[in-house]
Amino acid sequence: MKVEAKPHYETQTKPKSGADLLVDALIQEEVKTIFGYPGGAVLPIYDALYRAGDAFHHVLARHEQGSIHAAEGYARVTGKPGVVIATSGPGATNLITGIADAMMDSLPVVVFTGQVARGVIGTDAFQEADVMGITTPITKHNYQVQSLSDLPRIVKEAFHIASTGRPGPVVVDIPKDISTEVDDNPPSVEFSLPGYQPNLKPNPLQIKKLTDAMAQAKKPVLLAGAGVHHGKASEELKAFAEQHSLPVVHTLHGLGTFPGSHSLSFGMAGMHGTYAANMALYECDLLINIGSRFDDRLTGKLEHFAPKATVAHIDVDPAEIGKNVPTQIPIVSDSKAALEALLKNADASPSTEEWYKKLDSYREEYPLWYNKPETDMVPQWLMEKVHSYTGGDAIVTTDVGQHQMWAAQYYKLEKPNRWVTSGGLGTMGFGFPAAIGAQLAAPEDKVVAVVGDGGFQMTLQELSLLQEMKLPVKVIIVNNQALGMVRQWQESFYEKRYSESILSTQPDFVKLAESYNIKGMRIESQQDLEERLPEALSNDEPVVVDCRVLQQENVYPMIAPGKGIHEMIGVKP
Amino acid sequence: MRRIVTATVQNRSGVLNRVTGLLAKRQFNIESISVGRTEAEGISKMTFVVDVEDERKLEQLTKQLNKQIDVLKVSDITDKAIVASELALIRVVSNAQIRNEIQGIIEPFRASIIDISKDSLTVQVTGKHEKIEALIDLLRPYGIKELARTGLTAFLRGQQPQVAEMKNYSILK
Repeated sequence: MKVEAKPHYETQTKPKSGADLLVDALIQEEVKTIFGYPGGAVLPIYDALYRAGDAFHHVLARHEQGSIHAAEGYARVTGKPGVVIATSGPGATNLITGIADAMMDSLPVVVFTGQVARGVIGTDAFQEADVMGITTPITKHNYQVQSLSDLPRIVKEAFHIASTGRPGPVVVDIPKDISTEVDDNPPSVEFSLPGYQPNLKPNPLQIKKLTDAMAQAKKPVLLAGAGVHHGKASEELKAFAEQHSLPVVHTLHGLGTFPGSHSLSFGMAGMHGTYAANMALYECDLLINIGSRFDDRLTGKLEHFAPKATVAHIDVDPAEIGKNVPTQIPIVSDSKAALEALLKNADASPSTEEWYKKLDSYREEYPLWYNKPETDMVPQWLMEKVHSYTGGDAIVTTDVGQHQMWAAQYYKLEKPNRWVTSGGLGTMGFGFPAAIGAQLAAPEDKVVAVVGDGGFQMTLQELSLLQEMKLPVKVIIVNNQALGMVRQWQESFYEKRYSESILSTQPDFVKLAESYNIKGMRIESQQDLEERLPEALSNDEPVVVDCRVLQQENVYPMIAPGKGIHEMIGVKP
Repeated sequence: MRRIVTATVQNRSGVLNRVTGLLAKRQFNIESISVGRTEAEGISKMTFVVDVEDERKLEQLTKQLNKQIDVLKVSDITDKAIVASELALIRVVSNAQIRNEIQGIIEPFRASIIDISKDSLTVQVTGKHEKIEALIDLLRPYGIKELARTGLTAFLRGQQPQVAEMKNYSILK
């Protein structure tokens, strides 16, 4: 096969088409990686990308959903917007799950969708879909470009909106005739967004209120949420917690914002959180929430959530404050700025010794537990092994479900932005493509995709990308031949009627990997794992490891739906 | 609680859809909505009458509206001194004999007859919600053939009374 060298991109002085202006705008925004899929309505854009030569690394996922999950993984690890291009109609609608996922988990993603030409919008033209209508409720903002001269400004606004304040997805819908239209006058890129001015600095009065409350508190607790990642405030969080010896508990997305092995860390709280973390939230008299949105999977039944506490809530999005939990000390601010202000205004520390002792005794007495059989593998043990073989230093991505909870519980994270999971939307099929984005964002790091056998089958077509780019992503399939969390709920709440949750028919994942020229292995016993997994995880090759684990394992502890945070079941063997 | 909330918005395509979609998605109950241009170019004003359960829901409503990029300002003006008006067109069955009778009914409401046909006439009335309701009730016995109403539109009076304690909703606190 003859490969033609792509011509070098030259900044043209001749009139530019809309597609050229888009490419210029992407270069302006310092975009290096694009996750996309071509199609009719974006042909002019793909032509401009081709002519742009080496300016971008375009990643051709095999399904648009793969593109956007990869972009989300990229955004989660870098903190910069992931960029996605898809064509009109089905190209755009295939992105919807990922856009909604990015919205729920506040990930900066900028999506460009092709649209049919302006003249035929609204006529049910070939591959037309109302992208604006469909994406309005699941985006931070969206645009349809109505005139070529608006395009550079819109792209600039889109990146600004996606990556500032509370991050989120922005969709830019570009009609095909805008891409092809040529304009002689280079349009202005000045923008003004009078309706969008996120408040990033805390109100000093509110900070004072909080430091006063801290001086009074006997049982304070810090709740670290995703906002700490977004604000890049992990160091400040650690300094603040240590300054006042404040116990820290995490939300699912807050894992890694504070070192998991730190003596002040009491682990993840919520539906499958640790006993100590949940009791800390239940018994505390001052709850300082930094960048968590008090999701129902964290709080359990609201009336039992932190019932005795004064609640302080630091969030860059004012609408999150008081949404679910009544808040006495609201602080609208970026997490870093708020923590800096708190560090500066350190009054007397609360005396937390007794409180710490109590929580420590909970931690000692009710640790996470599981029963380890003789030879068979259980998923909790598997996660501990993955943790130890990667030195606890890998970027871990997951889908949603049992394996996600076990990874959250047993893969103790020490550093921020290394935990890539679908929290709010709970998207199956997220983990594997997200790992590809994460690996591209952090080529030097070890990336482990912990996926379920169900979720992996939703997006496994992206194995092509591992093959194509020789990305050393390690795929660990926690294979219990079931939709584990569904099965667990059916066991617990539906009298063991396992309706459509057992996946006894599966592909041979080893052969499947091999068909993509990727190493595959099946591991069925503890001994087998100890012999073969260390090597598979340490080399620089991609690998798909089909880990057969016992199906009947359940995730514990658990707060049953509708129960309070103190009403955990399965806290002890 | 019935609240009157106004939003100043940038007049861009899709902004009405954004706002109503948001209210529907978050399960807010809109009683009426009216939209129109303002004195400033490119700026429109929306007036909503909403039925919310409590203060917290109301706070969510204003905060969620404020979060929209195209929304410039949101105010709950229910407890302020305001001028508020809506308009109704009412077609009533009538003939020459009762025309005068109807004229007598609508006069105190400062309503006017804006269309007459052989067997009906159309009344136009503007004012507060309660006033319009009252007039409709009075005209109903004659037989209402058709009724069309706008939503409420409102803004603050030029001068606000000095109140010792007035609740402020601020997005910053």
